Amino acid sequence: MKIFYSLLAVAVLITLAWVGTASGGLYYLFGVIFPAAAVFLFLFGIVYRVVKWARSPVPFHITTTCGQQKSLDWIKSSPLDNPSSTLGVIGRIALEVLFFRSLFRNTKMELKNGGKLVYGSAKYLWLAGLVFHWSFLIIILRHFRFFLEPTPAFVTFLQNLDGFFQVGVPVLFLTDIMILGALSFLFFRRVVTPQIRYISLISDYFPLLLIIAIAATGVLMRYFIKTDLIAVKQLMLGLFSLSPLVPEGISSLFYIHLFLVSLLLAYFPASKLVHMAGVFLSPTRNLSNNSRMKRHINPWNPPVKVHTYEEWEDEFRELIKGAGIPLEKE
Amino acid sequence: MSEKHFKPEELTAIGYQPRRRDWMDPHVEFRRGTFNYSANPKSMEYLGLPFVRKWQPTEDDWQLPSNWKEIILEGLRERIHKFRSLRIFMDICVRCGACADKCHFYIGSGDPKNMPVLRAELLRSVYRKDFTTAGKILGKMAGGRELTVPVLKEWFYYFYQCTECRRCSVFCPYGIDTAEITIIGRELLNLVGIGIDWITTPAANCFRTGNHLGIQPHGFKDSVDFAADDLEDITGIKVNPSVNRKGAEVLFVVPSADYFGDPHYFGFLGYLALFHEIGLDYTFSAFASEGGNFGLFHSHEMMKRLNAKIYAEAKRLGVKYIIGGECGHMWRVLHQYMDTMNGPADFLEVPKSPVTGTVFENARSTKMVHIAEFTADLIKNRKLKLAPERNDSYKVTFHDSCNPARAMGLLEEPRYILKSVCNHFYEMPENTIREQTFCCGSGSGLGTDENLEMRLRGGFPRANAVKYVQQNHGVNLLVCICAIDKATLPPLMDFWAPGVAVAGLHELVGNALMMKGEKEREADFRGAPLPGKEEKVHV
Ligand code: SF4
Ligand code: SF4
Repeated sequence: MKIFYSLLAVAVLITLAWVGTASGGLYYLFGVIFPAAAVFLFLFGIVYRVVKWARSPVPFHITTTCGQQKSLDWIKSSPLDNPSSTLGVIGRIALEVLFFRSLFRNTKMELKNGGKLVYGSAKYLWLAGLVFHWSFLIIILRHFRFFLEPTPAFVTFLQNLDGFFQVGVPVLFLTDIMILGALSFLFFRRVVTPQIRYISLISDYFPLLLIIAIAATGVLMRYFIKTDLIAVKQLMLGLFSLSPLVPEGISSLFYIHLFLVSLLLAYFPASKLVHMAGVFLSPTRNLSNNSRMKRHINPWNPPVKVHTYEEWEDEFRELIKGAGIPLEKE
Repeated sequence: MSEKHFKPEELTAIGYQPRRRDWMDPHVEFRRGTFNYSANPKSMEYLGLPFVRKWQPTEDDWQLPSNWKEIILEGLRERIHKFRSLRIFMDICVRCGACADKCHFYIGSGDPKNMPVLRAELLRSVYRKDFTTAGKILGKMAGGRELTVPVLKEWFYYFYQCTECRRCSVFCPYGIDTAEITIIGRELLNLVGIGIDWITTPAANCFRTGNHLGIQPHGFKDSVDFAADDLEDITGIKVNPSVNRKGAEVLFVVPSADYFGDPHYFGFLGYLALFHEIGLDYTFSAFASEGGNFGLFHSHEMMKRLNAKIYAEAKRLGVKYIIGGECGHMWRVLHQYMDTMNGPADFLEVPKSPVTGTVFENARSTKMVHIAEFTADLIKNRKLKLAPERNDSYKVTFHDSCNPARAMGLLEEPRYILKSVCNHFYEMPENTIREQTFCCGSGSGLGTDENLEMRLRGGFPRANAVKYVQQNHGVNLLVCICAIDKATLPPLMDFWAPGVAVAGLHELVGNALMMKGEKEREADFRGAPLPGKEEKVHV
């Protein structure tokens, strides 16, 4: 049901953009207003979320340590999995963000006949996640050739790298294949693995399908149903220079693509996709394990009712005396 | 309830296929053996907790206060604003499932709601419904759930089927720590007077007498004296531990089970022997007679209330620094919370070993050293004469307790000590030790008899790894550095890996320690004949 709803939602959205432009001629709406609104919502939303997170303090130092602590000089500590310095923390977060360090540890538990547990390596999720995120990033950067004039050197460089194998005309981008492969894996994993299907919500299927649709429309445009790239670039440059114009001759396929991207941007801050920003703020990962070296301050640390030594001594005075334990007051 | 009721084959017939019923549809069945009884009203009263009443989880009506829902939602709102961890963990889970099969309760029960991700979703769904725009508008479509009595019952059931071990957090790409969610979830339940007795009563005891077991000052003194006598019988050396002595250099704090429980007690003998041998100027405190802290399993506030006595006592006695004994959750509190909650300990000095001169820079602020750090330093500097062959009848493996492993990173110190005090040490498989260690299944206040089935299930992955080294290397002793482990691993082993005993690290240290002027030892600390002395000891 949840999968169906998500599929339906994406299908409806595609239809909307198609009908809206092909028959409705709402080019300005889909080409200018929606994208502009989406960018605004995206930026505003992310800032809003991060500010909200940041306004909740970190009262305790709850690092999850994944390696040896720094203690005695002669014991080798793990500066990245159990950092005791800020530099180590930066390293740990970098490993997490760039290479998905924690996911790399993933194992798969299996209960064999005879009640034996075995833990196999399970790197597919890590691999698919990594391939998807990196491809996505490279594809976004590649798109800068549509937004900036002249095209920055690093974009050209990426593009050449991505098309390194020089297959076909236009040249096939590796990332296009990789992102579709990784996304399909992630989607099918969610649908096929009973446990993952069980925990999945609409808000898990929907963004996956949305991104798949974005990638698919992009690929269609590049390799199969060509659109007028010069016109597209004019539209994008207009948007980015805040002097929008709607050139003629852009296909509906492009508007569908653009509309889906706009939706993704607008949806991003309100959804689980904010993990992109959240990962930097996760207190189990971004704190160093130095809580015995340096006092961590809790901004709210109200006094609590304690049982004082004096009260204790008063209650047990005779017993303490009888046992020959020294007293404060005889 | 006893383990005789089931056989290992029965408990390992686990189906991991999720049920038909959508998890959003709250449903929980309180089956005997899988949950804990409610808190004793007397203990609640003593601690000044709200909504004291008699109720049990199996009853239909939990006699909740009429405004229970507002109290909980308000409590949740407050905590979202107080804990960034909570707010972030509520927002960024992508339900990738990497944590799912990492939880020992899921592995041992197959219950999908024991997947850490779903355990958290039980709370998250309510958060989404009441605290996010999408959830407010779209409700169930956005994964939101109304907070209802059945939902509350689910919270109770599953937040007390989490030992706050943090294994899931190691594998989560965002470090989402279900323990943090469980801790706060339990805090919310306690706001409306829902708690369990195995936590509330020890906490009340601890608040009153200074320790969980409710041992009064004279009882504490007796235990210490008794141990000194026992040690004299074994070694011929009279040690002289003091209690509440002002002006000692070190305050030594241990979990109370160390001087009252078995096999903890043998490790306690080890501490006494070691400190005597190096001539440490230390004292116990009958007031701070508990390092453990069941408050951690109740609420942040209770943790702070129980922890306060340690620094207070260190100050009153005028010691220079504190050493802490073998205990898991005790060290979670001492390492990650104490200084923040009850510090600064500016009346103490940076710990410095009087024997080796080593300054424990890593405890520069808290001024509290783990005994494994302290002992490892002694051994490294060759200050101890050791006869590891005295432990030759043991084939040893080491269980990393969750908290020292995942909330400290105390991994090598105990191993270094073990390798110095025994000759036969074997590691369990890689995925079950160090930061990937499996919980004993009974931590965080779940170690009661009424919860035995769940404990055996939760302890299954740990036991399974022990069984592996038992079969492959003949391991017969499971060493650990946690009081809850020492109490709950023995029944776990009896059930899953019979023939494996459980011991504290300093029991083996004590066995191997050659004390100046000791008599020829015949038996080890638990009374078993030393290798080569078998015929002399009458069993
Ligand atoms: S591993 Fe982390 S992000 Fe993935 S489902 Fe578990 S808690 Fe959520
Ligand atoms: S903290 Fe431990 S017991 Fe709790 S959900 Fe995570 S793995 Fe399971």
